[in-house]
Amino acid sequence: MKIKKYPNKQDSITIDAKNKTYRELNSEIRTAADQDICHITLQNVLGQRFIADGIKKEGIYLSVFGIAGGDLGVFMDGPIIYVNGNAEHAPGNTMSGGKIIIDGDAGDCVGHSMRGGMIFVKGNAGYRVGIHMKQFKDNYPTIVIGGSAQSFLGEYMAGGIIVILNIDKPSSIGDYIGTGMHGGTIYIAGDVPDYKLGVATVKEEFIDEDRVLVEKLVDEYNAYFNKKVDFDAITFTKIKPISLRPFSNMYTTE
Amino acid sequence: MCGIIGMLNKDGKRIDGSSIKKGLSLMNERGNGQGAGYAAYGIYPEFKDHYALHVFLDNMKEAKFNVEQEIERWGYIVYSEEIPTTDKGIFEDEKIPYRYFFKPDPRKLLGRDYNEKDAIVEMVMRINSQKNGALVFSSGKNMGIFKASGWPNDVAEFYKINQYKGYMWLGHNRYPTNTPGWWGGAHPFGLLDWGVVHNGEITSYGTNKRYVESFGYNCSMLTDTEVVTYLFDLLVRKHKLPLRLAGMALAPMFWKDIERMPEQKRQLHAALRLTYSSAAMNGPFAIVVANTCGFVALTDRIKLRPLVIGKKGKAVYVSSEEAAIRAMEPLLDSIYSPPAGDPIVHQLEVQTL
Repeated sequence: MKIKKYPNKQDSITIDAKNKTYRELNSEIRTAADQDICHITLQNVLGQRFIADGIKKEGIYLSVFGIAGGDLGVFMDGPIIYVNGNAEHAPGNTMSGGKIIIDGDAGDCVGHSMRGGMIFVKGNAGYRVGIHMKQFKDNYPTIVIGGSAQSFLGEYMAGGIIVILNIDKPSSIGDYIGTGMHGGTIYIAGDVPDYKLGVATVKEEFIDEDRVLVEKLVDEYNAYFNKKVDFDAITFTKIKPISLRPFSNMYTTE
Repeated sequence: MCGIIGMLNKDGKRIDGSSIKKGLSLMNERGNGQGAGYAAYGIYPEFKDHYALHVFLDNMKEAKFNVEQEIERWGYIVYSEEIPTTDKGIFEDEKIPYRYFFKPDPRKLLGRDYNEKDAIVEMVMRINSQKNGALVFSSGKNMGIFKASGWPNDVAEFYKINQYKGYMWLGHNRYPTNTPGWWGGAHPFGLLDWGVVHNGEITSYGTNKRYVESFGYNCSMLTDTEVVTYLFDLLVRKHKLPLRLAGMALAPMFWKDIERMPEQKRQLHAALRLTYSSAAMNGPFAIVVANTCGFVALTDRIKLRPLVIGKKGKAVYVSSEEAAIRAMEPLLDSIYSPPAGDPIVHQLEVQTL
């Protein structure tokens, strides 16, 4: 795995999460972050929630061993989290910046209401990946799932990018893709039957601009998980909302 | 919220309750201390031909007298005792958990159009709807439910569940939302050998309740999960549907999906939807329903509640969270989340226990 190292900061710490509540664990993580310790390793994590919540600082690298509990990296802005295992529901909930790299599978609602930063999942993800994610100016949330995702992918999505690589099971993507979507783009490897699209979404042509963007993300995915996904061998289906303001005619201002 | 957990040893091997307690306690955030409980199968081998009635008594005088008078109208009690507890005085509105090992008397059922199990259902419904200070919360053979208003760990210690050995366990950690937290409202719910744990809410409760009431069931526990128990009793025990089909009837496929199915399958699913439209459950839910033979785990059709299944050798685990399963068994052979609305059935592979 290639992660940018921070040569100026040598400090590292290992925290044993065994039998700790999420409050105890997070308070130890926060103390370490406050002391500018840049490599924090968490051992024996078993379902503790909200790991690294609200940490707004760049240059912190968290390595999680075990099963990361729900809302991993919630509200965080800056840290890079690498999970050696699976993550439960909603990793990256409302995060603004930083990266979450999950070397395993993830539960439902990956990147729930994400505002910026990136999430990479090696395997499969559950339902409602990228629900409510949103972009603003330079903040462009990005989710890359190596396996497949279940139904309601990009539900109510208002911005950002989702890439589904479908590595092991082509066309196993769920349906209701992009239901209620009004911004952002979803790229899915392979063909997607029309009945799986949510209302008010449309397939668009995969153009050069998309190619540049997605190829870079596939390269990054390959680097993190030591995979050899061949971008050139994949035909992507690009899904966009029909309208950026689907409800503009529904309400009148006067 | 709410946390659910279950485990089944398909080879019938019995284990004590310490493992399920560990798994359930890991999900403390899913509850608020207003209800927790366990269902254990295979715990009363010495009374395996008798119905084990677990009853909450308000007092040891009238309530006990009333319930015994009712039970003896239907059969005879071979043994009864207070369920052994370690009372630490930590619970509010404490009830007295009492148990009766009971056998229906065919002579007392004479002239009534009942088979034995119908008689038990009728008896339980009568006791629970009469507001006489007694509530039957478990009525199966060789199984028992242990529940109270408290945290998973406290409830487990209160009932000393590590002294029981079962081949299948269910656990539930409650976060009451729409209805009060009280002893009777804690999960699991039971009737005969059914044990039900549920996370979510049944928004179709009104329709479902009227439906089961038309078949003689009474909803008396002030919570939506109770109706799931009676729906399974009706569909599986009385209408003889296999567990998986019953699950499909309660969380039916959408018409748009039914239309795309091959003809035979389409007919089956259309028939289930039409026949059981009043039994279909709406709203967000993940449930595990067990009987003596095994369990079925099911979520609502659009996956508004989580459910994870893990396997290790002959053991199958089910829970709201992967971590809870790994707290019980760290080295699993496999773990996955079943698709929404797909009933997952696991049953014992041995006949005799």
